Amino acid sequence: MTVMQQPSGAEILLRALRDQGVEVIFGYPGGAVLPIYDAIFQQNSIRHILVRHEQAAVHAAEGYARSTGKVGVVLVTSGPGATNAVTGLVDALMDSIPVVCLTGQVPTHLIGNDAFQEADTTGITRAATKQNYLVRQSEDLARTVHEAFYIARSGRPGPVLIDLPKDILIAPAPYQPASAEPHRSYRPATEPDPARIKEAVRLLKGAKRPIVYSGGGVINSGDAASEALVAFVRATGVPCTSTLMGLGAYPSNDPQFLGMLGMHGTFEANNAMHGCDVMLNIGARFDDRVTGRINAFSPGSRKIHADIDPSSINKNVLVDVPIVGDAARVMEALLAAWHADDARQDREALAGWWRQIDAWRAVDSLKYTQDSGPGAIIKPQHAIRRLYEITRETGRETFITTEVGQHQMWAAQHYRFDKPNRWMTSGGLGTMGYGLPAAMGVQIAHPDALVVDISGEASVQMNIQEMATLAQYRLPVKVFILNNQYMGMVRQWQELLHGGRYSESYSESLPDFVKLAEAFHGVGLRATGIDDLDRVIREMIAIDRPVIADICVDQKENCFPMIPSGAAHNEMILGPEHQDRTASITDEGLMLV
Amino acid sequence: MPKDIPHPAAPPTFSGKEAAALPHRSATISVLVDNESGVLARVIGLFAGRGYNIDSLTVASVDAGGSRSRINIVTSGTDMVIEQIKAQLARLVPVYRIAELSQEGPHLARELAMVKVISDGANRAEALRLAEAFRARVIDATVESFVFELTGGTQKLDSFIELLRPIGLAEVSRTGVAAIARGTRMLSASPH
Ligand SMILES: Cc1ncc(C[n+]2csc(CCOP(=O)(O)OP(=O)(O)O)c2C)c(N)n1
Ligand SMILES: [Mg+2]
Repeated sequence: MTVMQQPSGAEILLRALRDQGVEVIFGYPGGAVLPIYDAIFQQNSIRHILVRHEQAAVHAAEGYARSTGKVGVVLVTSGPGATNAVTGLVDALMDSIPVVCLTGQVPTHLIGNDAFQEADTTGITRAATKQNYLVRQSEDLARTVHEAFYIARSGRPGPVLIDLPKDILIAPAPYQPASAEPHRSYRPATEPDPARIKEAVRLLKGAKRPIVYSGGGVINSGDAASEALVAFVRATGVPCTSTLMGLGAYPSNDPQFLGMLGMHGTFEANNAMHGCDVMLNIGARFDDRVTGRINAFSPGSRKIHADIDPSSINKNVLVDVPIVGDAARVMEALLAAWHADDARQDREALAGWWRQIDAWRAVDSLKYTQDSGPGAIIKPQHAIRRLYEITRETGRETFITTEVGQHQMWAAQHYRFDKPNRWMTSGGLGTMGYGLPAAMGVQIAHPDALVVDISGEASVQMNIQEMATLAQYRLPVKVFILNNQYMGMVRQWQELLHGGRYSESYSESLPDFVKLAEAFHGVGLRATGIDDLDRVIREMIAIDRPVIADICVDQKENCFPMIPSGAAHNEMILGPEHQDRTASITDEGLMLV
Repeated sequence: MPKDIPHPAAPPTFSGKEAAALPHRSATISVLVDNESGVLARVIGLFAGRGYNIDSLTVASVDAGGSRSRINIVTSGTDMVIEQIKAQLARLVPVYRIAELSQEGPHLARELAMVKVISDGANRAEALRLAEAFRARVIDATVESFVFELTGGTQKLDSFIELLRPIGLAEVSRTGVAAIARGTRMLSASPH
């Protein structure tokens, strides 16, 4: 083959993407990536979704990835295109979402010259990615793309960035298919150590007050992990709680499920974590939102921690039995070892433990009171409950994304998930503006499903421009705004920790969301009182177009239970429904975020 | 027979230990990495970003083709922090293998210092005497200055430099620590 017949860099790139099974790219063009856009124009197998801001491209890819288990792909131009993508990359890094981000770069001979739209993209994103590459030679391009996909999805998944100088995209080079050879240095272990599995089972069998605490790693591992988790929890009869990122792995309507744990977790989940004697953490990372004050975290328990990333183990909490492995393999191995081990489980103690848990459960810590009189103000919790109940009645496959704030926590508490990959939220980074573009990515992957972004009036404005993308691609995403006219979560902290000085947390000069939806070729609905709520939800679901439902909710509602920063699990504040219990916020807690 | 130092794939158990009660210690860690751009930045960024100490860091390519480099890091922290540093290093994509030489058995650690002394009279003579005692070599001399070259462990270099301080120590340039296991054990890149 002569040099002239070789494909261009841009063609090589697309071919490598196709070989990796890519069907959709979320992107935004610019000078440095024009050769790629030219190649995209001349083919039909990969669909390009034109977003309205590069941050949204990454969140859309995250939503796509999280709801399908595939790698999400992003394409942006050099300089501002790349820097706009950074928030999304860090979001994906924190939540372990597999994303490959392709960025344009100035031609290699201009790198380092402060050329137009040049940014040191690999430098800027080094701490924002699992791995990044600057392709300096055309021959390396195909191999780099294949490697990037492998890195993004293997081990603990994460974002990988490839910076592509324009001359590399133009120059012809030979194509290289993906190699079957193992990666030269990156080979994460997935198979758990049988000795550690045995040790874990021995601890769990001897436990009097056991608990399983599962996280996002179970979702990332795939359906088999969720199935194995459910099988294990059922076989052992132990209680199970979940992190924000893990919701859906264990069916939340199951009696063995205690609800979410952590800062806004249920009374029973947090107290059970505090009081357990053996804890099995599967695919979670003892995040500070989960542990509360670290030196008061579950003080009397022996801890088993299984994670695919060895660096997650012993990072925040020292553990007794560390297990490195893939969540599915670990849970399957634990179940097999449970049956193989002939020690008897202390069923009597377990029954006592359940009696204690049921007493905590009876506190009904998520309780709220919805006034049902005509025109009564809608409680945000109730809006979520009704959204859940009505979507369930329809029997439609439903995916929920969220923004960040009180509405996110209420969604986690009151929407019930019984399958994995149906819940996408920005957990680690807590990125306002995540939900709408993520919903877009979910809807692309699941065109017939019902996709709802549970949103706050402040967060939704951070990527509101994506309403145009929804319109362009006829994506019937529903934006369900719990409009409390406050940055509610900020207001709540100011109320509880800063003497009610509501500094800059009022959502002033809000747009008219109904008109806004119409301006973006969608449908706007509004519920101002309890009598409107069900009708608006039903209408929203029935409309086969993008909808913004502006749900005007109680402005002063706080999200409870709450473990204040610096407090322990058993020092939870409960809501006004439970006046008998009081707050305790230390000075130290004031310094924490 | 050469033996590979095991890759720390299995995290240690801290059964029954309190994080706050763990003692502080020093650690010498060797890391075998791909010799590609950005690897050193990633390693340094890791230490900076997570607030770990770097007491010394050296890097050089170590194989015939120049495709692999060895980074030697001297750091300090509690056991929990050092285990965390090792795990964080081990999971970097371009890292082949890491070993904490200070834990894996006996090891050698050396650095080289070039030390400039500007002095005259008795101080100049004393500097020369000290250099002899430490087996430092004179690699440059003028009528008012010497440059000594000294190789050895960090403490040896430290004491030599301290002794020269009052008698005309002018400038110091040190390489940082290079380290290697004693005996047949090695930090190899062969797949495990
Ligand atoms: C990009 C970004 N900026 C700031 C914050 C800090 N923050 C967390 S929640 C919140 C308020 C969110 O308000 P809203 O979207 O109305 O949700 P609500 O809490 O009222 O439900 C803010 C400002 C953040 N998480 N993300
Ligand atoms: Mg709000």
